[in-house]
Formats: sequence, C-alpha cells, structure tokens
Amino acid sequence: MRSSRRQMLLATVLGWGAALLLFFPIFWMVLTSFKSEIAAIATPPQFLFAPTLESYAEVQERADYLHFALNSVLISVGGTLLALAFAIPAAYAMAFHPTARTRSTLLWMLSTKMLPPVGVLVPIYLLFRSLGILDTRSGLVVIYALMNLPIVVWMLFTFFKEVPGEILEAGRMDGARTGSEFWHLLLPLSVPGIASTALLSLILCWNEAFWSLNLTTSEAAPLTTFIASFSSPQGLFFAKLSAASTIAVAPILVFGWLSQRQLVRGLTFGAVK
Amino acid sequence: MSFTTLDQGAEVTAAPPGARRRSAFPLLAPSVSVLLLWMIVPLAMTLWFSFQRYNLLNPEVSGFAGLENYEFLVTDPDFWASLTNTLILVGSVLVITVGFGTLLAVLFDQPFPGQGVARVLAISPFFVMPTVSALVWKNLMMHPIYGVLGSLARAVGMEPVDWFAEYPLLAVIVIVAWQWLPFALLILLTAVQSLDHEQKEAARMDGAGPVAQFVFITLPHLGRAISVVVMIETIFLLTVFAEIFVTTSGGPGNATTNLAFLIYARALLQFDVGGGSAGGVVAILLANVVAFFLVRSIARRLEV
Repeated sequence: MRSSRRQMLLATVLGWGAALLLFFPIFWMVLTSFKSEIAAIATPPQFLFAPTLESYAEVQERADYLHFALNSVLISVGGTLLALAFAIPAAYAMAFHPTARTRSTLLWMLSTKMLPPVGVLVPIYLLFRSLGILDTRSGLVVIYALMNLPIVVWMLFTFFKEVPGEILEAGRMDGARTGSEFWHLLLPLSVPGIASTALLSLILCWNEAFWSLNLTTSEAAPLTTFIASFSSPQGLFFAKLSAASTIAVAPILVFGWLSQRQLVRGLTFGAVK
Repeated sequence: MSFTTLDQGAEVTAAPPGARRRSAFPLLAPSVSVLLLWMIVPLAMTLWFSFQRYNLLNPEVSGFAGLENYEFLVTDPDFWASLTNTLILVGSVLVITVGFGTLLAVLFDQPFPGQGVARVLAISPFFVMPTVSALVWKNLMMHPIYGVLGSLARAVGMEPVDWFAEYPLLAVIVIVAWQWLPFALLILLTAVQSLDHEQKEAARMDGAGPVAQFVFITLPHLGRAISVVVMIETIFLLTVFAEIFVTTSGGPGNATTNLAFLIYARALLQFDVGGGSAGGVVAILLANVVAFFLVRSIARRLEV
C-alpha cells in the first residue's frame, strides 16, 4: 500500500503542476487585466498590486467594446439557431426513419466539414462583395450556420439514437402523427442533447477567427476581430489587451467547463465515446 | 469529395419494417441541399478561378490562363517555403499534443485530490479564442522585455529570448500546441477512462510494472483515439490562420507563412484571385488526403 500512496503523491504533484502550467497564461491575463498599464509592464512581474478596473472602463470608452460583444452574441446565437433549425429535422429523419442511404448521407455531411475554409476563401469573399454583405452580421450568421451544420446534425443524430424507440413506437400506436410525435415526445426527451449541441455550436461560433477576420472589419466585427486590432503597436497596452480578452474569453470558458463531456462526442463525430 | 467507395463492406442498413420513408425525406432535404450548395458552388468557383487570369487591381487582364497560375505557384519559392512551414507546424504540434496529451490523460486517470478542478484548468486553453491566445502569448508571455518568460530568464541569469524575432515559427508552434494540447487530452482521457480496469488489475497481478502496463495495455487501447486526434487536428492545423495573422503576418520574411496565410496574402492583399485560387486548390487536395482516412475511420464505428 505504501507504493500506492507514493503513486498518489506523484500523481498529485504532476497533475496539479501540469494543470497550473497550462492555465498560467489565462491566469496571468486575468491578473494583468486588473493592473494599471504601468504595473502591467513592471519588471520583474508583479503578483501583488493595487487592483483597478480602469482598463475595463477604458476599453469600453475608447473602443465601444459592447458593440463588438453584442455582435459576437448575435452572430453566435443566430448561427446556432439557424443550424439547429436545419439540423433537428434532418437528424430526426435519419435517426428514426433510416433508409439505405442514411449512412452515406451522414458521412457525406461530415466530409463537407473537411473542406478547408481557406480553399474557398476567394469565392466566398467575392460572393459576399458582389452581394454587398461584407461586414454584415447576417452574412456571418449564414457562414457559421453552414460551417457547423454537419457537426450539429451529427451530434443530434447520436443523441436521438439514444431515445428509446419504444416510446415513439407507443406514441405512434396511440395515433400520434409524425408532427406531434416529434413535438410532444421527442423534443421534450432530447432537450439535454439539444442543449449540449447548441452549447458546442455557440463555443465554435464565438471562437471562430478565420471568416470573422476576413469578412468583417468594424460594423459586424465580433470579438475575435476586435481583439485582433490589438496586434498593431497599440497591443503594447498590456492591461487593456488583457481586460478586453478576459471579458471575451470568460463566458465561453464557463460554457466549456460545463460541457466538457459532451464536447468529446461532438468534436470527434462520435468516433470516441 | 465522394466517399461512395467507403461503403464497401459496410452492411447496408435496411429500413425497419413500417418505416415511413416518404414522411422523412422532406425533413432531410433542406440540410442536404444547403450543404450541397455550400460545398459545390465555392469549390467550383475556386477551380474555375484557378484557371483564369483574374486580378482585382487589373481588370483588363482576363481570360483563360490554362495552367499558368499553377506554374507560377510551383516556381515560386514562397510557395515551397509555405508548404514546408505548414508541414513543420502540423508535424511539431501533432508530436507535442499527442505526446503530452497521452501522458496527461494517463495522469488524470489516476485518482488524486482536486483532480476535477485540475482537469478543468488543464483543458481551459482550448476554449480561448485564437486571437486572444496568440496576443496573450506574444505580449504577456513572450515579450523579451515585459513578458513573463523574459523575466524568468533574467531571474536565472540568462539572456531573454526575443521569440518572434529569433524563432518565429517555434513561437507560433508553441502557441498552437498550447491551444490543441487540451483537445488531445480531453479526447484521450475519455478513451483512457473507457479502458477495462480489470484487465490492468490482472496485468498488475502478473507482475507488470506501470511502464509495462502503459506500453502493453493502455497504448494499444488508445490507438484508435490517437488516430482520430491526429486526423482531426491535422485538418484544422493545415489551415492555421488567426494565430499567424495577429502575431507575425507571415514574417519575418516568409518565416511563418503557411499555406493558409499565403493564399490569404495572394488573394486579399495582392488581389491575385487566380493565384490565390490555385493555392486554394492545393489546400483542398492536401486536406482531402487526410479527410479520406478520417472519414473511413469514423465510418467503421458508425452504427445507423
């Protein structure tokens, strides 16, 4: 038993060591966000300092932070809802009314996700330009919905598969039509699954930084694009960069913590359970 | 991107008796049609443009270019540099994330106090948006004067490293690996936890040490999960963009220009639509090689 106690001690030290090391940049970012600009670039770095909220105030004042935060919320929620609206019926159809083609349809959907975005950057950019939807929220909503549709369908499909078929069968015997079977039996039963799927989609939309950087500049720019503006020499304002980043990251970090288990399912298309 | 060949050997799932096919198809059709459009239209346009003379700055020059764009691409040293950078980036990040991810997954499978909290901290970087990770690392961590790493170096009497000037590609690799290590950890931990503990117990009874248990039981069990991690990461890593965009803009010179950044620069900075599209076609082909194996591996597991 002595060796197992030593093993536990070793696991504790190594496990916590690795966790703290990986988390340190985030911790340091949060800490820096409460410093004044002068304290933020003090050498050696300060762990103890008089905390201040001035960077947060200034980020809002100078750059209208809320505008970008609102864009992020609207675009992520819009993209997610649009994807769900298309995906729920599709996943339902494939899970409960499978045909000989269901399997290849699912795999084909998955394969569209593997088209590298940069491969179609040029046509999408030109299409957006000629449609006049560059730097608009609705343009980005459509892209995000399409981008996540395969993952959303796939994940919902695996959740729907877990709903016992007998329940639906029983409803059918009682004369429920497809529509009411869907609304009154399946949807209530799969609320948790739909919620985790929506959460994953929100996380992916919120953090997406290829299309947002290329298709938005200011009007519709979400936080990913706004933060990128700190890459100019202005980025040397460490405290403001940290304050802006902290608010941008915090909500999604909490979402991520809440849904870590379900994420595996969505991110690996059910290949690892 | 047709995967019809993948279905060979897969048993065709017959519809259960009484399934109402007619009622289900309209539900599926919208998703299938928008995805089809989303895939085919831009793809066809990329292909089309890649054979055209098309520069947004110079609209008079137009028309069929044949293979000119491709010729220009393969004779451009920047293209080969970007391909090399892409492969170095993908390869190094894969080795780091899968290597440490496996070790950490085994570590986090052991019971220790506060394990749940430690795990949550360890996977956090994955949820940080790429532009934030890149700028926090570039400024707060790696800045030679004000960064934490520089201070650490000075504290132990070493010269601080100016990461983005001296080792720009390595700096990008560190940032991207930091983002993706939690992904590998999360997936591999799930896989480790599905391992049959009786099997390990039996091995331990037979006198297998921790290392032998790891090599002969855990690793083979993880094989599948590792291959899934490798393939999914490869698809995303082939087109790393934001991290490079906000830290180095591909420089200094072309030291950190990968294929994705090269295409972006061609098309949207130099307005060379034809050249950018030819690069896009190369990126699609590269990704497809990986995608083929990934889809096959997932298909094997798929039950409909």
